[in-house]
Amino acid sequence: MRDVTYGRIADEVARLCVEAACDLPADVERLVRAAAEAERSDFGRYAMDKVCANIDLARADGAPLCQDTGMVVVFCEVGQDAHVVGGTLEDAVNAGIARGYEDGYLRKSTVADPLFERTNTQDNTPGIIYTRLVPGDRVSLRVMPKGAGSENMSALRMLKPADGVEGVRRFVVDTVVSAGGNPCPPTIVGVGIGGNADKALQLSKLALLRTAGEPNPDARYAALEGEILDEINRSGIGPQGFGGLVTSLAVHIETYPTHIATLPVGITLNCHAARHKEVVL
Amino acid sequence: MSKQTPAGRAPKRVCAPLDDETADGLACGDMVSISGVIYTGRDAAHKRICEALAQGLPSPVDWSGQIIYYAGPTPARPGHVIGSCGPTTSGRMDAYTPMMLDQGLKAMIGKGPRSREVIGSMRRHHAVYLAAIGGAAALIATCVRSCEVVAYPDLGPEAIRRMEVVDYPAIVVVDARGNDLFESGPAAWRR
Repeated sequence: MRDVTYGRIADEVARLCVEAACDLPADVERLVRAAAEAERSDFGRYAMDKVCANIDLARADGAPLCQDTGMVVVFCEVGQDAHVVGGTLEDAVNAGIARGYEDGYLRKSTVADPLFERTNTQDNTPGIIYTRLVPGDRVSLRVMPKGAGSENMSALRMLKPADGVEGVRRFVVDTVVSAGGNPCPPTIVGVGIGGNADKALQLSKLALLRTAGEPNPDARYAALEGEILDEINRSGIGPQGFGGLVTSLAVHIETYPTHIATLPVGITLNCHAARHKEVVL
Repeated sequence: MSKQTPAGRAPKRVCAPLDDETADGLACGDMVSISGVIYTGRDAAHKRICEALAQGLPSPVDWSGQIIYYAGPTPARPGHVIGSCGPTTSGRMDAYTPMMLDQGLKAMIGKGPRSREVIGSMRRHHAVYLAAIGGAAALIATCVRSCEVVAYPDLGPEAIRRMEVVDYPAIVVVDARGNDLFESGPAAWRR
């Protein structure tokens, strides 16, 4: 067994929260800058120029890219031969979130009761924490602060097997097009196909963690990603919904086996400030 | 701030608060540069204003002629007047907007499209809707000269703030005649 301390996990989560908020990952930045070059509409170009200038300023200044520093989604992979000592993994992650959001001057955007009081928890906890046991003695933490503007455009549909590829394509394109300017396009589109209802949506979140623009390793899914992206970008929605060529930067599909009777499809959008940071302990 | 604006469109200067004549003089697609006093307010603040008015109590701000900015900034770091401060999705405020326009609200700054009901109410009230660039929050904060919580401090980021801004850049996306860039823009670029 290898010990990984509560303190170390909390420290790393705190650091990752702040870095994610202020420093756009290189893979996303590459696609954003390419989109700024490719855009032809006046308002679209204007929006993309501002987005690029904002990336530079946030990084230089250590300021959050977006005021919506999100609710924090953390994907933990814990090696079966690693031993978390000094407290529980979830407590350590939440302690890190609380410290990162306080010390990093990030916005606390979490309310305790979702329906009645909606009182702010004041420290942006709890995060949304997914933990998987994996071989080895390492602990990997992937931190994704997720803003609600894009999250509110999430969708799930339980398609019939007969709906097939065309049904999936239609649902994804319709979802992105009807979201219009709301999720801060150009977006990254996470698609989960298979599993069951909750699995499909979780896959769509995981899809957003893939290196932006990298195709699915299965050539058939890679081709479908390209076709869906092309159709989305023919919609004309454009940056911020002002009209233009670039509505989405990438479509990422993740899959899982499913039941003979169903074809679940989950969709999660990420805005152009698609923030994520990770570390392996 | 970057001075770059869409080709051939010099920004129109707008002083906040503003009157009907100024609002009526703005056209969908105009670039504007706003200076003066604006107020932030988003979901929770709108809900409270609505509840206050329903009980016959006054709104904490006199909205007559004012611009509301749908925004909840990050906390100010030491030496800064405000943290990052970009627009939030305006559509979530649609349910409350006719009530705000009835109070005399003249302009809204946010991101994303508005409902037909809101646009109809804007036409009746000579009001405009302006878009800022969602996710350009660090850049936008450089236009803010002062920021003070004036109502609902317990709401934290959702409290109502009075902001002095200089040269805040925005685009007129819905004008007082109901022209809507979120309709016309994508329609022009659909392939």
